[in-house]
Amino acid sequence: MASISFQNVTKSFGDFNAVSNASFEINDGEFICLLGPSGCGKTTSLRMIAGLETPTSGRIYIGDKDVTGLHPRDRKISMVFQDYALYPHMNISQNISYPLKVRGENEATRGERAQEVADVLKIGHLLDRLPAQISGGQQQRTSLARALVNPSQVYLFDEPLSNLDAKLRLEARGFLHHLQHSMGMTSVYVTHDQAEAMALATRVAVMDQGRIVQFATPMEIYRKPATTFVANFVGNPPMNLLPVEAMVEDNSLKVKADGLEVVALPMHKSFAEAVAINPNITLGVRPEHLRATAEEENVVRGKLFANENMGAEKLVTIERPDAARFTARIFTDDDIILSEDVALGFSSQHISLFDADGNRLALDNE
Amino acid sequence: MTLSFQQILSRISFSVLAALIGICFALPLIWFLFAPFNARAELGLEIPSPFTLKNFFTVFENTFAMRGLLNSFIQSIGGVVLVGFAATLAAYALSRSDIPGKKSITYLLLLFSSVVSGSAAMVPIFLIVSKLGLIDTHVAVILVFAGGLLPTAMFILRDFIDGIPKSYEESAMVAGASSMQAFRDVALPVIRPGIVVVVVWAFVNIWGSFLIPFILLRSDELMPASVAIYSFYSEAGTPIVTLLAAYALIYSFPVISLYLFVNWKFGFRFFGGIKA
Ligand SMILES: Nc1ncnc2c1ncn2[C@@H]1O[C@H](COP(=O)(O)OP(=O)(O)O)[C@@H](O)[C@H]1O
Ligand SMILES: [Mg+2]
Repeated sequence: MASISFQNVTKSFGDFNAVSNASFEINDGEFICLLGPSGCGKTTSLRMIAGLETPTSGRIYIGDKDVTGLHPRDRKISMVFQDYALYPHMNISQNISYPLKVRGENEATRGERAQEVADVLKIGHLLDRLPAQISGGQQQRTSLARALVNPSQVYLFDEPLSNLDAKLRLEARGFLHHLQHSMGMTSVYVTHDQAEAMALATRVAVMDQGRIVQFATPMEIYRKPATTFVANFVGNPPMNLLPVEAMVEDNSLKVKADGLEVVALPMHKSFAEAVAINPNITLGVRPEHLRATAEEENVVRGKLFANENMGAEKLVTIERPDAARFTARIFTDDDIILSEDVALGFSSQHISLFDADGNRLALDNE
Repeated sequence: MTLSFQQILSRISFSVLAALIGICFALPLIWFLFAPFNARAELGLEIPSPFTLKNFFTVFENTFAMRGLLNSFIQSIGGVVLVGFAATLAAYALSRSDIPGKKSITYLLLLFSSVVSGSAAMVPIFLIVSKLGLIDTHVAVILVFAGGLLPTAMFILRDFIDGIPKSYEESAMVAGASSMQAFRDVALPVIRPGIVVVVVWAFVNIWGSFLIPFILLRSDELMPASVAIYSFYSEAGTPIVTLLAAYALIYSFPVISLYLFVNWKFGFRFFGGIKA
């Protein structure tokens, strides 16, 4: 296993930057998820680690070795492709043991190792079949087996679960998590599914338009999103965001928006500076931090828009007069009566604030 | 189910029309199958009686005609190997590399080849070949065919390879294969059905051609079957139908069996798809 280091890596296709000046360090044994919407440069970043794409500028290290211009075969890596890339003319056993074949292992050893890995992944009975003769889930495990059959420094995954149906995906996700914990392999995992990233990663790199906007643990990303983009991308349903006007009053910060919602916050000196420059900031509250209330302060009001029952909880969405919607996640056990006008309250310690550019403003308790 | 009178009438007339058209196409083929086994075959259709193989024995005794079949094999196989080999490598490079302007290269070649391999270019081709001192050699025929067929073969194959995900070779390289190993172990087997299609197509083209060998070759020992078939015409220019029919059947045999073999072994699948 080895660490990975990106140093000011940029990848351009023509004059389009697929990855812009990315720098980060991945420690030995970490499971990193690259998370972001489609087209944000996740696959390109992964392919640069694999050596399938050469950076336009910047350097990439695996361990202490500069691998920037190295052929993929010299990097001691394994990769699971989104389309699995199983060789259609080879049977499952030959597919799994191909990495051993090109490294000159003899046939007996290859067969043995393929059987071992296949047994772990519960495809040991399929070794004589061709890829076209097994199911999608089994194909996925075959490509995983091929990545695991040969010990590598780094394991790369490009949306390996995206072609599976929902139930299989959950199962495979659990298995990957188990595998990572038992083997402690350095992994980089690309996904656009925030739940997958939260479930698997030791740290998540959230990408937007070729840039890494936040690189932190799943909990930190969830609790303290660095930008409105992250706040909106992570969480299901995502964080509620509302444009508000901020003002400093009696050494405390007041946040106002149409419809008389006021939040009083302990003053933070960085606030005063930010607010003085541009008082139009954004307030963010996670759905689970909202509850039906009769209080007057720290309240969002609106008309009931939707009330969806999810079993253990329900999602209550209200629509404000300015058409902004707020969704609250409320336990079904909290028997509340929802009338046409709903007030959702929150505590000031649970809010996030973002400046006019969408960057997080640090709160006093941070 | 009851049909109205008009429906019945239209069905009958459709069937009659279809049968007539079918007969027009079937008659020559039936003649082609019957005549070789008929000692007194004429241009008219006739069921052989008695059934005989005498025509074939006479043809086998004609050394010029037999030599022609061998020459056809030499030229076709030479051309096919050259086209198959060069087209595969060229198409792979054109599909997978990022040479700027690679699209226009293919189209330009294709455009030129349709001009060049036509009969309009026979004079320059003859001049070039004679400058090279290759007139009256198998090599001349093979090279000219390869040159004429290569662009189209490359075009078909490049399209086929474009339809095959790059991730096959990429996963092989990540697994530790060199680019060469990835091509040999993974890409080539996947491309093979496309190569087979190109090879059959090139074989049929060379096997059936008359003009190019007729112009580039002089000596009887080198003439292919398509030219040798004229040895079954009398001095006056009238065909000896019995022998001509027998020879024609032998002549078409390799193409038919090649098609059947490939169809059985690979199936003619364009699963790369020709997008055109
Ligand atoms: N070979 C390429 N040539 C041109 N543009 C590319 C190429 N590969 C990727 N891109 C572009 O780079 C951007 C990022 O692509 P990618 O890394 O595949 O995104 P993601 O995996 O996050 O969905 C996309 O806009 C894509 O169109
Ligand atoms: Mg991608």
